[in-house]
Amino acid sequence: MTTRMFGESVARVEDDRFLRGTGRYVDDLGAGALQAAVLRSPHAHARIVDIDVSAVLDVDGVHAVFTYDDLQGPMAEPLPLLIPHPALTHGRTQYALAKDEVNHVGEAIAFVVADDRYLAEDAVDKIVVTYEFLPPVVGLAAARAAERLVHDDVPGNVAARLQQHVGDAPSAIAAAPHRLSLDLDIERSASTPMEGRGVLARWDTDSARMQVWTSTQTSTGVRAAVAAKLGLDLGQVDVITPDVGGGFGVKIVHPWPEELLVPLAARVLGEPVKFIEDRREHFISAAHERAQVQHVEVGFDDDGRLLGLDVEFWHDNGAYTPYGLIVPIITSTQLLGPYKPHNYRVTFESLYTNTVIVTPYRGAGRPQGVYAMERTMDAIAAYLGKDRAEVRAANFIQPDEFPYDHHLTFQDGRPLIYDSGDYPQLLDKITALIGWDGFEAERAEAAARGRRLGIGLACYVEGTGVGPYEGAHVHVETSGKVKVAIGLTTQGQGHQTAFAQIVADELGVPFESVEVVTGDTRRMPYAVGTFASRAAVMSGSAVQLAARKTKEKALRIAAEALEASVDDLEIVEGSVRVKGAPDSSIALGTVAVLSNPLRYAFDEASGAATQFSVGDPGKPPVADGEEPGLEAREFYSPERSTFAAGMHAVVVDIDPDTAEIEIVRYAVVHDCGNLINPMIVQGQIHGGVAQGVGGALYERMEYDEFGQLLNASFMDFLMPYVTEVPDGIEIDHLETPSPLNKLGIKGAGEAGVIPSAALFASAVEDAERLTPSGLAITAMPISPSQLFELRAQHRKDPS
Amino acid sequence: MKPAPFAYARPTDLASAVEALAGNADAKVLAGGQSLVPLLSMRLAAPAMLVDINRLPDLDHVTSDASGVRVGALARHAAVLADDEARRIQPLLALALANVAHATIRNRGTTVGSLVHADAAAEMPVVLCLLGGSVDVVGPRGRRTVAAADLFLGPLESSLAHDEIAVEAFFPALAAHTGVAFREVARRHGDYALCGVAGLVRLEGPRIAEARAGYLSVSDVPTVIDLTPALSSSESLSDEALAAAGELALAALDPQGDIHGTAAYRAQLVRALTARTLRAAYDDAGRRREQP
Amino acid sequence: MTEELHEVHLVVNGVPHDVAVPARRLLSDALRHDLGLTGTHVGCEHGVCGSCTVLLDGAPVRSCLLFAVTASGSAVTTVEGLTDADGSLGPVQQAFKDCHGLQCGFCTPGFLTTITAGLRDNPCPTHDEAREMIAGNLCRCTGYQNIVSAVERAAELIAGTGESV
Repeated sequence: MTTRMFGESVARVEDDRFLRGTGRYVDDLGAGALQAAVLRSPHAHARIVDIDVSAVLDVDGVHAVFTYDDLQGPMAEPLPLLIPHPALTHGRTQYALAKDEVNHVGEAIAFVVADDRYLAEDAVDKIVVTYEFLPPVVGLAAARAAERLVHDDVPGNVAARLQQHVGDAPSAIAAAPHRLSLDLDIERSASTPMEGRGVLARWDTDSARMQVWTSTQTSTGVRAAVAAKLGLDLGQVDVITPDVGGGFGVKIVHPWPEELLVPLAARVLGEPVKFIEDRREHFISAAHERAQVQHVEVGFDDDGRLLGLDVEFWHDNGAYTPYGLIVPIITSTQLLGPYKPHNYRVTFESLYTNTVIVTPYRGAGRPQGVYAMERTMDAIAAYLGKDRAEVRAANFIQPDEFPYDHHLTFQDGRPLIYDSGDYPQLLDKITALIGWDGFEAERAEAAARGRRLGIGLACYVEGTGVGPYEGAHVHVETSGKVKVAIGLTTQGQGHQTAFAQIVADELGVPFESVEVVTGDTRRMPYAVGTFASRAAVMSGSAVQLAARKTKEKALRIAAEALEASVDDLEIVEGSVRVKGAPDSSIALGTVAVLSNPLRYAFDEASGAATQFSVGDPGKPPVADGEEPGLEAREFYSPERSTFAAGMHAVVVDIDPDTAEIEIVRYAVVHDCGNLINPMIVQGQIHGGVAQGVGGALYERMEYDEFGQLLNASFMDFLMPYVTEVPDGIEIDHLETPSPLNKLGIKGAGEAGVIPSAALFASAVEDAERLTPSGLAITAMPISPSQLFELRAQHRKDPS
Repeated sequence: MKPAPFAYARPTDLASAVEALAGNADAKVLAGGQSLVPLLSMRLAAPAMLVDINRLPDLDHVTSDASGVRVGALARHAAVLADDEARRIQPLLALALANVAHATIRNRGTTVGSLVHADAAAEMPVVLCLLGGSVDVVGPRGRRTVAAADLFLGPLESSLAHDEIAVEAFFPALAAHTGVAFREVARRHGDYALCGVAGLVRLEGPRIAEARAGYLSVSDVPTVIDLTPALSSSESLSDEALAAAGELALAALDPQGDIHGTAAYRAQLVRALTARTLRAAYDDAGRRREQP
Repeated sequence: MTEELHEVHLVVNGVPHDVAVPARRLLSDALRHDLGLTGTHVGCEHGVCGSCTVLLDGAPVRSCLLFAVTASGSAVTTVEGLTDADGSLGPVQQAFKDCHGLQCGFCTPGFLTTITAGLRDNPCPTHDEAREMIAGNLCRCTGYQNIVSAVERAAELIAGTGESV
């Protein structure tokens, strides 16, 4: 029997090309293509009075310059609002090129195409724009005060207001024996993949066909948008996602202005055109996330058990709302984590500011929600003088309570029902892994050396694998090679390996014979995209279904050839054989030959399928209900999301003088159901933890009052190097299979980053002991300077 | 992020380099380029001409004698850091250089370049000041030696004339009975420091005869402060004396707040790092006394 | 006005190349777009991320902080030059594969060149030295844990003590 590949840490098939430098990212394609550069607004809020491009037109090497006035038809309309929601009463999206007004620094105003990027940038510098300045709205306080408006026709700067509730939280809180009230703020960070956005387009005049290569998380979405905006039939547009240098959420937004302007320019100029975003542009014209101001009212009993939870928060959505309300909806629902609130009410407002748009970044609203909930747990423990782990345990949904219905609506419009999990066991594992029980001795020992040690704990539940669907196409070629196509795109998660593992098992072929193609609309035109930790669950399940269907077909054809019953056949190492009689077998490639009745042979093997060699003259060559070819296409569309869970713990060591925060050790316990490839899952957790450390201790978008982003570079936006991340991350898994898919899997991509803000707030506070009761750390991220200021404030006001 | 166009000269002798520089009022010298090229790529600077001095002969030396260490204009930070003789003659060089950016940047960046870039947040200018070193410059009017004290006029502003090229830096040797240390706090390892301190302590017998420290990132120009008054009364370093030294330093400094740290936090770093650096320099002096 | 072009001679991965480029052409762009060696990636163009790191006469440098014309006459090693003579993965490349030291692969070339030079200068790094060796390169995917393991693994492979995988 072939070794089962599912569950094995198989080395990745994509690595070879990356390690040799032969990967193909979008800027590696289209040698000699014309290059674009974008004139971007230097002002956060201004009316455009005039754009003078006359100095550019005669410049050597410049081929075209576009402004709003050059856009026609659908291109002159605002970009799509991707995810409408009834509560999004004042959704606004930008134009591909600013029409009359700019609403954030970095908004695209003019688009120049030149021989190369150097010349394109020279030309951009020569365009003269006359602005009439408008007062900018920066930060949630200004947005809420609404003394100034981002959009004239959006009163109060409120894009949306949404409330959900279960039970009667205000009454339950009023009647509770204990009550607390907390304000918990969190600042902006961003996905910041190492490769920015990029798009290349080639218009083939002869065949009237547009081909677009873009660094996206959804090639089908871009395809639909390009066709709609450029007035092309869907069938005229191919979108191919090449190798992508990281996404983390930002590349799910589409179409970016450049994803439309590049194809437009390619068609106008009749030459390939490319746009490669530079790092500064990525900071000011892609997307950010996280900024929320959150208020929690909680009532609880003597054991710390929640009786009522009333949360109100304000979400900074930036200048436009192309991605709808996904982030705040996730916060409002995933905030609950592994706990039973009994009575819950959540209200949010999504508010405009004159800053870069806010769309999902790995974690997508969950880090904020977990931060609110976990800080609340810490506050309850502090108030009651109880152990933080004990208070959490008192509130857990128990293993026998699944499926657990929160009676709320999740981000996919479906009920928030947890499918499976075992939170008490996760807690046992994490406290053992970090050494929770023996920590006081460790703290005392460190204190004797003049160091401040603290320990933190944070729990989360993550809805993964949201719909609507994903598909897969499996094709066995006559060589026996298996070609698999999935529609969603890949950005480093090892999909080509993990899905080949599934196919190898399901179809009974060697892993090496399976090749997976992702994100190419020519190969799989129906797909949604890579987000919400959904690729493994959605495409993995679709791949399994398609492989199974392919196998069933192979067995039917082989049964006839081998004159055996389907039930007596098995596929082993790429050959169909009669169980117990391995000599009676037929290679899968030959089955592929037989699956396609031929009139014309093209090689020796295919001769076996021609009309004088095969087939019962009394039956049609292609049987009723069958199709030629050994291939199958299947789709997976689950009723609702599956819920992964995890707990992180950390020990920090803080310098009493300089307030520098050092990570002593970091532990993760994670339950994403069955693991396809444990090595890849571990890598996802490592990466998430590092991003979480960045988001909790280093990264923040620093806007000044004028809406200028002060740290739009890697010099000043402090993404962690190796020296800032834990030296070693202890990981333990729990595998609670999901009942919602046959593989029993749940998503794992975002998990590592979700609890970090909550975790470090808890640990730093534990080390600092700034207040005997209540919370001192109520704003994240926290830097040494901010911690120092907090210490000083505490000395003045030890409330 | 591509540089604007510029004229380019790559002279192969010093006289031609000076001539090229003198011939264009908007010309800049390109040596390691590790600070200059990012400014060009972001188009925060757009000089009309770059005079690339990387082909000039005989400028990549690191030579040491009893008086000190001489570093040529084309000696990369990495070469200075790796030079055992330089480390022996003036150990503060290596202690500070290890904090200059990351190793890959040190492979290309030049020590002399970082001096004349005159960044008050950089390590080497303050080391030069603390040690009382100098820089030799060559211009149309010949060669002259600029003392460290006269080199740094303001933020990113040196006293070099536009048409002068720094050709060599001189770092005096470590004096007898003296110890040195370097400490800094940066947000990330390898970043510009929020505050950095280069310290020097000279002993006479058990007594502290001299204690001085140079500060980076907490004033407009690299600043050296004589802390001897705070320490000379004590034979060993007490916490109180070190705290007094920190306050003495702060009186002469002007820490400013920015996105990475408030002024008060930087002041706190001055206190903490003054104490740590002086203690380390004191211990270093003691060790050297034990092992002459 | 057309820009003046400068003759640039580079020996890249042992192969001589002559190109004429404007003075402002960054070495990273010359390698990628003039020579077609797209394995070297550009992640920030201000010298912080390290994706574009190549070996210039053996020493790791940021190719985005060098003008091609300045580098003329030098030997350059890019990621494409790290494979063994028989076409198999070099030891640092192999170690990355063994240890899952890469995910999206974009920053990887800069790590590979940096570590190749680092292990040449220090063939038996301690754990802390292995971390220090990669301290100037940004990766957004891996959290660095497996890259550190890959440094240690590569040292074993180079020393011939690594068990084959």
